[in-house]
Amino acid sequence: MPLNIIVCIKQIIDPEIPASQFKIDPSTKRQVQGSHSLVISVYDQNAIEVAIQLKERHGGKVTAISVGAATAVTALKSALSMGADEAVLVSDPAMVASDQQGIAHVLAKAIQKVGGGELILTGCVSGDWGDRAVPAFVAEELGIGCVSFVSRVEAKDGQVVLRRVVEDGYELIEAKTPVLASIISDETNTPRYPKLKDIMAAGKKTIPVWKAADLGLAPERIGAGAARVAIADVYVPVKESKCEMIEGDTPEEQAAKLAARLRELKLI
Amino acid sequence: MQGTLVFATTEGGALARNALEVLAGGKRLKALLGEPVGAALLGTDLAAHVPLLFAYGADHVYRAEHPLLERYQGDAHAIALHQVCQRAQPNVILLPGDSTGRELGPRLAHRLKAGFVADFIDFDLDPASGRLRFTRQTYGGKALSVVVPNVGPVVATVKVRALDPAAKEEGRSGEETMVDVALDASQLKTRLLERVQEEVTGVKLDDAKIVVSGGRGLRGPEGFKVLEELAQVLKGAVGASRAATDAGWVPPSWQVGQTGKSVSPELYLAFGISGATQHVAGMSGAKHIVAVNTDPEAPIYKVAQLGVVADWKAVATKLIEQCRELTR
Ligand SMILES: Cc1cc2nc3c(=O)[nH]c(=O)nc-3n(C[C@H](O)[C@H](O)[C@H](O)COP(=O)(O)OP(=O)(O)OC[C@H]3O[C@@H](n4cnc5c(N)ncnc54)[C@H](O)[C@@H]3O)c2cc1C
Ligand SMILES: Nc1ncnc2c1ncn2[C@@H]1O[C@H](COP(=O)(O)O)[C@@H](O)[C@H]1O
Repeated sequence: MPLNIIVCIKQIIDPEIPASQFKIDPSTKRQVQGSHSLVISVYDQNAIEVAIQLKERHGGKVTAISVGAATAVTALKSALSMGADEAVLVSDPAMVASDQQGIAHVLAKAIQKVGGGELILTGCVSGDWGDRAVPAFVAEELGIGCVSFVSRVEAKDGQVVLRRVVEDGYELIEAKTPVLASIISDETNTPRYPKLKDIMAAGKKTIPVWKAADLGLAPERIGAGAARVAIADVYVPVKESKCEMIEGDTPEEQAAKLAARLRELKLI
Repeated sequence: MQGTLVFATTEGGALARNALEVLAGGKRLKALLGEPVGAALLGTDLAAHVPLLFAYGADHVYRAEHPLLERYQGDAHAIALHQVCQRAQPNVILLPGDSTGRELGPRLAHRLKAGFVADFIDFDLDPASGRLRFTRQTYGGKALSVVVPNVGPVVATVKVRALDPAAKEEGRSGEETMVDVALDASQLKTRLLERVQEEVTGVKLDDAKIVVSGGRGLRGPEGFKVLEELAQVLKGAVGASRAATDAGWVPPSWQVGQTGKSVSPELYLAFGISGATQHVAGMSGAKHIVAVNTDPEAPIYKVAQLGVVADWKAVATKLIEQCRELTR
């Protein structure tokens, strides 16, 4: 059975830059981009990979949706080059100060406008804000089932079986479609590198950009006025650190000194 | 009721450690706001937990028993917890920041039209407005943010191991309310088929006093055999960085960090781990951190108290030998 799959992706500043290069703009309370690159939030890349593998197995269509700035077109193009068939950007200054529930409302409306799907996939956590909440909010907005922290998806006859990673192992969960799954990484969903010809082809595709009005969004559901939580401050904490280095001529000597030091501290 | 409602999870027939941490949050809120602490207990055969919840600080226990709540199932628990909240009418609802609370919290917030705060590590009252404000890690642990609810109620998850578990006070009692939840299988869009528990030999990572962790520097699954031996000698548990779990060298449940587990052992030994903030977010609560890395510039030395610039394997192997001698 072919599957219509929608993947929600967020564009963020590379989350793996060293802490020493990380800065917050105190006036906007957001990260300063500087010379750092914009990327698809890491687990959203795993979600795209899961979607494409399912399409390869069962046929169907993958649509990537992002809510964000105009720059997010490049994230959507990367999704296309990985193998997504269509992409939509929702971008409107009216949405900028929304909280995660506001963003989820916008995503749900966009998902409905593209015609919905059997499977809605998201990353399990965004690399910047990191609430792990947007996926559940989207599922609630759509009134569909929600399974979080899923590493593998298996589909057969209108049902899917999801492997949900929990603290002491995993759960296998059966769900009727449509269902939303937030994706966590494992060795089966490492994002693929797109081929050059696919990057070229994706570059030529046009990506529609929708505004609040195109989705018929009520002003009272988006923006700062609709936000149920406000961000009062974002700052980089100052940490003093002092690391005692254990020297020695050989690693074995260092290890012996380390053991003695740990013994002294009554840790072993 | 006004005040706080904490979601009290159980594990292996006892109150979960995460639940006691959430209760500690409830007690702190009570000290700050003077409002009572309620506890929501969902499942089957729960009577024995009620007096314990009183002892750990609950003033009121809302008990909801239903066969569909026997094990965690997202839909069933969201429906039931929502009904408990409608009964108890709390201002603040606290859940653990684990795989259960992180899924249930936002779903509940949406149903209650409440604000949502994810994985706070601290809270206080804004002296100017008198309003509650929460501090949480953001940008993968590189920054802290202060989040203020605009509307009531607010649903928040407590970051695992951010608060010390509530202390037990013998002789406390409280009020109990049985909540008859309206719930049937036709309401469930998802169904738990099977729960596969990994075998743990030795100490559980979540509660270990000593954690021995490995990263990409180990270059393959074989390296973890050495760390397992070290963990065994030290009566500790083995953890890993995402690089190691994503490569499939060790199971996902071994991952420490933002997406993995939060641990707060007495001693955390990091072998071949660079110290990315997302990893540190899961282990910065450790009392003592030891880093073993070939790169003297690795960021891990910024959070470690003891550092060894050397090949991980040579150090780990010798350490096993030394510890065997010391503990003989
Ligand atoms: C949203 C998000 C969530 C994340 N969540 C997590 C998480 O939960 N947990 C997590 O760990 N990461 C997480 N990460 C990933 C994180 O950013 C890092 O990529 C990851 O922690 C790196 O793992 P590592 O330190 O093992 O690998 P690397 O960064 O590659 O470091 C390997 C280290 O090994 C050292 N080394 C090499 N050879 C040797 C040797 N022979 N002996 C000793 N040392 C050696 C190197 O000098 C290097 O410092 C997350 C990232 C994002 C964006
Ligand atoms: N602006 C956005 N556009 C598209 N998807 C998003 C957006 N924000 C969050 N998501 C999705 O929700 C997931 C979890 O985000 P968060 O709740 O912020 O941790 C992300 O990995 C994305 O898949």
